[in-house]
Amino acid sequence: MSALLEVRNLRTTFPGALRPLPVVDDISFSLARGEVLALVGESGSGKSMTALSILRLVPKPGQVVAGEVMLAGEDLLQLPVTQMRRVRGARIAMIFQEPMTCLNPVVTVGAQVMEAIQLHDSMSKVDARARTRELFAEVGIPDPDARLDAYPHHLSGGLKQRVMIAMALSTRPEILIADEPTTALDVTIQAQILALLRNLQRDRGTAILLITHDLGIVNELADRVAVMYAGRLVEVAERKALLSDPLHPYTQGLLRSIPALSRAGERLPEIPGVVPSPDQWPAGCRFSTRCPLRFEPCAELFPEEIRPAAGRRVWCHEVERSMGGKGAS
Amino acid sequence: MMGFEPYVFSNLVTVAVLIGLGLLVRVVRRQRLWNEAARQLWDRRKLAIVLVGIYLVIGLLDSVAWKGGVPEDVVDVLPNAPLTLIDRVFLGTKEASYSAPLALVEFYGAAPLRRPGTHALGTDILGRDVLYLTLKGARVALLIGGLTSLIAIPLALLFGVGAGYFGGRFDDFVFFLISTLASMPGLLLLIALIMAMGRDTLSVCIALGVTSWVGFCRLSRAETLKLRELDYVSAARALGLSEYRIVVRHILPNLAHLIVITFVLMFSGLVLSEVVLSWLGIGVDGSWGQMIDGARNELSREPIIWWNIAAAGSALFGLILAVNIVGDGIRDVLDPRTQKGPT
Amino acid sequence: MGAYVIRRLLYGVGVVLGVLFLLFILFFAVTKPEDIARRALGEKAPPEVIEQWMVNHGYDRPLWPWQDLDDNLLFDHYRKMLTFEFGLSDADDSPIIDRIAAGIGPSLALTVPLLFLGLLVSIPLSLLVAFFRETYIDRMGVFLCVLAMSVSMLLYIIGAQFLIGKILRWYPISGFDPTLLMMPRFLAMPIIVGLLGGVGGDVRFYRTVFLEESSRDFVRTARAKGASEPQIMTRHILRNALIPILTNVVLAIPFLFTGALLLEAFFGIPGLGSITVDAIAANDFATLRTMVFIGSLLLIVGQIATDLSYGLVDPRVRFE
Repeated sequence: MSALLEVRNLRTTFPGALRPLPVVDDISFSLARGEVLALVGESGSGKSMTALSILRLVPKPGQVVAGEVMLAGEDLLQLPVTQMRRVRGARIAMIFQEPMTCLNPVVTVGAQVMEAIQLHDSMSKVDARARTRELFAEVGIPDPDARLDAYPHHLSGGLKQRVMIAMALSTRPEILIADEPTTALDVTIQAQILALLRNLQRDRGTAILLITHDLGIVNELADRVAVMYAGRLVEVAERKALLSDPLHPYTQGLLRSIPALSRAGERLPEIPGVVPSPDQWPAGCRFSTRCPLRFEPCAELFPEEIRPAAGRRVWCHEVERSMGGKGAS
Repeated sequence: MMGFEPYVFSNLVTVAVLIGLGLLVRVVRRQRLWNEAARQLWDRRKLAIVLVGIYLVIGLLDSVAWKGGVPEDVVDVLPNAPLTLIDRVFLGTKEASYSAPLALVEFYGAAPLRRPGTHALGTDILGRDVLYLTLKGARVALLIGGLTSLIAIPLALLFGVGAGYFGGRFDDFVFFLISTLASMPGLLLLIALIMAMGRDTLSVCIALGVTSWVGFCRLSRAETLKLRELDYVSAARALGLSEYRIVVRHILPNLAHLIVITFVLMFSGLVLSEVVLSWLGIGVDGSWGQMIDGARNELSREPIIWWNIAAAGSALFGLILAVNIVGDGIRDVLDPRTQKGPT
Repeated sequence: MGAYVIRRLLYGVGVVLGVLFLLFILFFAVTKPEDIARRALGEKAPPEVIEQWMVNHGYDRPLWPWQDLDDNLLFDHYRKMLTFEFGLSDADDSPIIDRIAAGIGPSLALTVPLLFLGLLVSIPLSLLVAFFRETYIDRMGVFLCVLAMSVSMLLYIIGAQFLIGKILRWYPISGFDPTLLMMPRFLAMPIIVGLLGGVGGDVRFYRTVFLEESSRDFVRTARAKGASEPQIMTRHILRNALIPILTNVVLAIPFLFTGALLLEAFFGIPGLGSITVDAIAANDFATLRTMVFIGSLLLIVGQIATDLSYGLVDPRVRFE
């Protein structure tokens, strides 16, 4: 499959006390047509900002300062704003974490979805309304006719998220960016929304960039996984490979810290320490402050990208060394 | 009151205010949050802060009075009258009537002045030096704005936080009180209070306090209602902290930024209100408002007498502008949202 | 919604009663009737004249119900005020209600256009400034607003009158003519000055409102959908901003009274404000009492109207 979206050396900075801090630091990855790529990391790892950077929605005072975002050959970062607007919502759609606040409280949900449709398709109001009703049924909203004229505060969190999904998919985008779509929802609703996303993805062949910190969701939906830490990628692999044989110490730590029934009664392992804030990033590998496999080059020298196997990318000196690579410099 | 002469009382109050300011500075220095905020504020609004400082200094210089030390040849003051530093600087400068700034002769009739060329801003209808009057007005403005706020705000906090935190009948009562007072147009209420209580300075200040207390009371009540529901308050309660401690340690500090901003806004509002009161004839003696009111008819004379109203008006504008700019700066610095980062 | 309306109206009635009580305290308890008599008749008036005056004006009865349940000033006060039986002026014995009836028209003719024109001018200006946030237009705009806000309304009026009357020597700077044709001529100056004095504070406040609404999540959603900035401004931000703007209108109504007071007095508009100013100078407590009551009544009506209009603007309130 050819790459639908290619992100190359993306860098987004926010002003810091002394100098700009790159919260998205030299990120490169690709998304193939119809595939689900999970972007995994803790809070503050820069995953949400990466998504916003792709759509050029980074809030001031942040800005995208370097890199390319190639969508079918066009660099989105260089597009004039009017054309970018035609990409947003039509070719790449985005849904967010908090359905509570993401919908305009004084406009009916039907009207908001219709707005998305009418922004990109020249449809009459009647047709747009009919289409919205269809969409509501597709995403599993019960009693769609009545719901068209409901206001957001009438709907539960799960229903609101379904409305957001309907709004996002109304224009049949090639890519859907889902930023922690289920984090704010109850566990039972989470499962339903995930199932909905999986079905829609399969039926329409939409590629999904799924932002999450929940490895369980990764396991359910993702084809490939990219792990971020403190603004940088640390490992990229296919889902099965990553979950069964993680190479980067951070990924290993993450997987180890998932509670499992098989280890009931044991102490839950954790990764000691905390994520350093941007002004405290070490010059070398950012995970070095907490890494159990740390040795001399780690704190000073940032590891280069290694490709230990087809479709796998890692950034780690230890992995490099154990593969008999270039070795410590 | 208390058998003290008024000037002794005002001296004591000045000292008390200075001590209070000193304590405030100590508190700000100690707490990192406030220290940071103060430094940022100084970086951004140096000019305005310096300007406010100048007014403060002038006001202070006029706040401490003592008796004696009047030279023999000065006739316009009683030998035993308490005089402030500013009074003493301008002792013996009184002319007979109007004179233009830096003039050598009187405005009407061109009779020679007693102190030709020394009145930088001219003299008013009674011959008093306009610069002198303007400087004295600073203290009055600070009194009106500052002292009144210092009384109104704690009162508003007491009722507002009390009502919001404890709820029940007290809250019903306070809410009704606020609604009633807020339903009366501020100026009308002010007028009613002053007519009822009298037109002396103290009554006017009390009246001003009563009318401005309401807004902040409502605000602090609303904030307390919000804060009361927060998890860490429930946690504190679960730990067994007494209600008093919870209010003082958890609720009040979160209202601190509102208090500061309200104080600044209230200050300018009060001073501007007093100007209107002066024009209505029920203002405070010696204020810039009174100067403006007394002088506004002079503009229609031919040739116009403009210096007294210009002086008072500019002084007023300068203080209000500086306070507003500092207030804006404080609001920007203390507002958590403007410190937003990449989260 | 119906229950909400009824509750709001009832509370309004309660507040009216509270206001009357406060007025009673101020004008009857704090200021004794003898003091009022003395101020009207002069310090040297003999006691019998004062007595007679007090009887004439109905001040000679006990104040509180527990002193005399059938005939006390408190109940009297309530009864009279609520039935609009305002009595005679303390200063010149003229019927107060006649003066009020004559004054309401001019006052409203000044205040209502001022309110709406104020909105008409301030909202677009603040939209403009908010749209260009963080640019020079924004910074300059805010600075101008702070500047404008720091000038006392009095100075604006004096300045305007000086400019128009003395320097430009335009049409008469004060006076009033109630005929529909001539009214705009006399109202133009006070309205313009009133706008000038108010626009600074309003634009600053509305700008803050627009900026706050701009940073909400649903605006990000709209942008992600591909909406353009003007579309976002009108369809999403403006509609949500109406709610706090409406609140501000409520809060601004009392200041309309203040401003109107000054404007009326300076520009010779014979409205309620002028009556109040005259009453202060003449120590006319009866008229003052009535003016404060009328002012409060108008304000309460304005507040209730605005509260109820929230239902139109905010669907969350509608279905409570």
